[in-house]
Parts: sequence; C-alpha cells; structure tokens
Amino acid sequence: MANIIEVQDLIAYYKTQAFGVQRTVKAVDGISLHVKAGEVYGIAGESGCGKSTLLKVLLGAHQPPLTVVGGSVKYLFDGAEIAALSLDQNSLREVRWKEVSYIPQGSMHVLNPVRRIQDTFYDFIAAHEPISKGVAAELTRTYLRELGLPEKVLLAYPHQLSGGMRQRVTIALATILYPKIIFADEPTTALDVIVQRGVIQLLREIQQKEGSTVVLITHDLGVHANLADRIAVLYAGKLVEEANTRTMLKTPRHPYTQYLIKSLPKLDERTERVSIPGRPPALDNPPSGCRFHPRCPFVMDHCRTIDPPLVAILPGHRVACHLVTEEVQHVSAD
Amino acid sequence: MSQPISSTLLTAADLTKTFAIRQGFSSKAFRAVDDATFTLDGAKPEIFTIAGESGSGKTTLARMILGMERPSAGVLQYKGRNIGTLTAHEKRTWFFREVQPVFQDPFAAFSPLKRIDHYLYETVYNYRITDRAGADSYINETLTEVGLSLAEVKGRYPNELSGGQAQRVAIARALLTRPALIVADEPVSMLDASLRMSIVNMFRRLKEEQQVSILYITHDLATAYYCADRIAVMLRGWIVEMGPVEQVLGNPLHPYTQNLKESIPQADPDKVWDKKTNLATLENEEYLRTGCRFASRCPHVLPICRQQVPGDYQVGERTVKCFLYDQPLVRINNLDNAAVSRP
Repeated sequence: MANIIEVQDLIAYYKTQAFGVQRTVKAVDGISLHVKAGEVYGIAGESGCGKSTLLKVLLGAHQPPLTVVGGSVKYLFDGAEIAALSLDQNSLREVRWKEVSYIPQGSMHVLNPVRRIQDTFYDFIAAHEPISKGVAAELTRTYLRELGLPEKVLLAYPHQLSGGMRQRVTIALATILYPKIIFADEPTTALDVIVQRGVIQLLREIQQKEGSTVVLITHDLGVHANLADRIAVLYAGKLVEEANTRTMLKTPRHPYTQYLIKSLPKLDERTERVSIPGRPPALDNPPSGCRFHPRCPFVMDHCRTIDPPLVAILPGHRVACHLVTEEVQHVSAD
Repeated sequence: MSQPISSTLLTAADLTKTFAIRQGFSSKAFRAVDDATFTLDGAKPEIFTIAGESGSGKTTLARMILGMERPSAGVLQYKGRNIGTLTAHEKRTWFFREVQPVFQDPFAAFSPLKRIDHYLYETVYNYRITDRAGADSYINETLTEVGLSLAEVKGRYPNELSGGQAQRVAIARALLTRPALIVADEPVSMLDASLRMSIVNMFRRLKEEQQVSILYITHDLATAYYCADRIAVMLRGWIVEMGPVEQVLGNPLHPYTQNLKESIPQADPDKVWDKKTNLATLENEEYLRTGCRFASRCPHVLPICRQQVPGDYQVGERTVKCFLYDQPLVRINNLDNAAVSRP
C-alpha cells in the first residue's frame, strides 16, 4: 500500500522566554514514520510523552510557542505531494476538513453551545462547499442515517445530548466531507466503556466504508487493540517501538513497551501487577542517551550516553533499544 | 460520649436521593440513587467497589456516605449511628476521623497557592493527633506508607508533583486520622494506566496492613476486578448486581453487567469486539422510565420489563435486579434462557 503521510526526522520544540529565561521543551525530537493509505495508525504513550504535540504538527496546526525546528511532514494525495509544514494559511484551509480532518478530545468544546447541531453542520459544510441550507440539511440527514445516529439530534443543542452522543456527532461532523485522513486525539478518553465502544465502532465503520486513513492517539492500549492496524509507542518525545498491533501486544521488544503492557490489569487474572518505577522525564531537560535509561531494568553503560537509533529488527517492526539491536546483531552474526 | 458498639461499619437500607428536574413550571422527581441496600462489615476490612457509568449515581452515593448530602429516604448508618443526623460537633470529633475521602483530581483537591505539606500539618493539628513536636515524624511515617517521604514533599506546591504523587499525598492525608473507612471517588481516573496500578496496589496493602475498609468508586472495571473483594454495579441510580467480584465480573448475570464487561477494551488482539452495542441517547429518559431502566438497550428484554420495576433477586451469593432471575416468572413463561448465563 502507498504511503499517505511521510514524516521525516521531525523535531518540534516548545520555546518560551519569560523574564529573560529561555526554556525549551523537546516534545517531539526526531520522529520518522510513514502512514499507509487506508490503515488505522495508533500512537500510544503515557501523558506528557509528546503524543498531542506530534498530532498538532502533523495537522499543521502548530502555533508559537510550539515551533518546528527541523524535519518534514508530507501528505501524498493521488500522487500529489503536499508539504504540510510550508502551507500558507489559505491552502491549509483548503486542505483541512476536505482532505484532512480532526476529531478532538473534548467534544463539548467543539460544538457551539448556542447553535443547534444542524446549524453547526451547515457552518462546517458551507465553509468548504458553495451549498444552500436546504441541500446541506439533506446531506447531513442522509449522512447521519448512514451512520445510524438518530436524526432528532439535529434539532438539539449540544447540552441536551449525552457525552457519548456529542462525541459521535463530532465524529460525524469531522467526516461529513469524506476526508482522506482523520486525526483523532484521544477520541474516547472521557467516555464510559459502553459509550467508548459505540464511538470506536462508529470510527471503524466510517474508516472501512470510506477507506479513509485514521491516525489514532490514545494512551489506552485496549482501544488500540480494537481499532489500530499498526501501533507506534512514544516515550519522551521519541518513537521507541513501532509494529503491527498483534506483534506489539503479543511480543513487544522495547523494555518500556513491555512494562506498559505488563502493567495493565486484565479481567481474567488477579495476580499482582507491577507499575513502571519512576515517572516520565521532564522534557525541558531529558536524560542523556536513551531517554528511558533511568527507569530501565536492563540499563547498560552505553545506554546512558548513546541515543539508540530506531532499527528494523524484523520487516515492519522497528525498535529503538541497544539491548534489542545488539541481540539481533548477535543472532545474525552467528 | 460513648458510641454504640456495632460490628457493621456501614449500613445502607433502601437509601434514596431524589433531585428535582424543572422544566418550565413542571418539576419531575429524579432518583439519583434509588433503594440502595448494602452493608460493610467492620470486623473484616474489605475493598467494596461501586462501579457504573457516569450519571449512574455513584458520586451521589459517596457524598451521602461522607455526610455531604442528606438522604431523601432510607437508612444510612455508620457504626449504628445515622449519618444524616450527626451534629456538627460529633462530625468533627468522631465521624470525620473515622471516614475520610479521597477525590478524583488531586490538583483540584489541593489549592495551587498552598504548599502541599500544609494540608498534612493542618489535618494533624485540627484533629489533635499529635503535639506539634511529634507532627513531623508522624507525617513522615504516614507518607512512608504511601511510598513517599516528608523530605520529598515538604515545601513543594502541588504543580511540582506528578499526578500519581499528588494522589498519594491525598491518600496519606486521609490516612492521618487513622480512619476505619476511606471513600475514594474515582481516585485513579486522572492517572496514567501505569500509575493506576501503583495506587490500586496501595489500596490492597492498606486493607491488609492497616485494616482500613475502602469504598472504591470507579468506572474502571479492570482495576475493580484487580483489587476489590465485593462489587456493586450501578445503572441509573439502581444497584443492578452486587456480590463477590470474581463472580460478578467473572460471570456476570445482569444483561447490563454483561454488556459492561464485554465493552472493556482489552489489550489483546485475540479479544476484540465482534458484536455491536446499543447506546442510550438521553440519560434523563432512562432515569424517568417506568419499568426497568435498561429495557430499551437490553438484548433479553421481556414485555414485563417495560411495565414493572424488577425486584432484587438472590442468586447464590449475589443480588441481581433483573426479571430473568425471577424464578416463578421464568417457570410460568418457560423462558429460554440460553442467552443468559447461569451460575
């Protein structure tokens, strides 16, 4: 399958200056990844590891203090190459929503509280297509019917809907123009499990029906297991492991990923679960070498000084860990 | 004042809290907690989980137990005393020492303008737990129980701590009065999955070592299953299923609990969802409905479910609020219960 997003050595820092003190938070530090057309690409990691920052840059929605220091983000639509980071405001508006769309975390903040849902739909459609109110309303109704959402929500105000319904309306809103890429930032985090399941089903249906590409950010590996085709794990602004969902959850290689998966409680066993010792580093002064080394149980001397590169140990399975790469080299040398 | 000795720690019988929804001039009664009945035994400390979705009445129940909200009907007793009728003096000298809260968001519980150790000293002084000279060592001792030390915390503001650390301080603060019961309202929902386990592990340890009973209110069934002894599942104000956690979550009987359990996303590619689930459109509607509040979403719905409120049926060690477990009804209608699991 062809790539639809190509990210090369992306570096994005938060640069602030207050009272003459400069502070640089290295939220995204040298990330390279490719997203294939029509797949669900999951990005996982603890809070504060740079997930949302990465998404902002991928969307081209970064604003100071967040600055892109280096690297590139490319969208590839039908052979046309669009450099997302060098688009001006007008062409960004063209691309957004029609080609690239975004589902935010708190749906309450997206929907205008003083407008009915149908008016919000009209606003969004009319901003991109020259369309009459009647046609837009018809389009909206058809689309909601397609998604199995009740039409009566169109006449409601956002506060009259439950959190789950609001989030599903937001998803409908984000996908009504059939975008090629959907970025979803923690789309289910504030929701209850049953509602979460409904939202994930909806997202999956849209993705399968329209063949769109979804970049899904969530810390919940259970959600990734149900939706994502491939998962990337971020730690302290770096990509530490990338693999397809089954490989990632069954045979993770990076010690951080192993911890992350081992610490999850399961519904069929009650054995003591270990939590990861320590906590994620502050990104204004990240540890030298491998950023996980202060918490890593297998730390070696050169982990403290040399930053491990992201190496493909198997086709489609990339890991950034000295221990793993050395093991693989050792095996292949034999 | 002598307190009546009673081996039950907490008793709730037909506990109900009614709020009014006003629409124009009309007003409808809205039962946020409806006929909740359960007891906690004081002799054997346990972690009792109240689980349910948002809007199921979990927090209202917690607020009543903490004496922050007065029950509209029913009995709510702590060690044989009615919580609603305690005087301010009794609350201060006795009740608040014994029952302590831990809230959802540690950063909202602590003022960002005060140093976090201030709360620890304030609690010690207010309840006259130790004299001023002994406060430092007493606080340090309590912080050690939650895996922190006074040196790590002293003089720091809440924003300097991580969410997990701040929540540990909140739990240490609750432990200072040596309570018999901690009411923890969604204590881990603001934390990352890896930190959750450290808090939940700590609850298990506190129960074993300090003999503290914990009322653990959560929507996260996975941590509930991991740490709890008993669980009560709430739906729109009702306790729909209650019993030992291995049974209730291992083999749920109520269709709602079954749905809830299936919907937990598991980080296992072999356990992904294949069935679709029905969602409620409006919460209020379910609260105000006659009959069972799950009827519109239930895959095993019977005609009677839409007309009558199901009773609480005893199935083995647990109670289930569902007509499918009403033995006479099942026999008369000769129901095919293949879809419903039997203990």
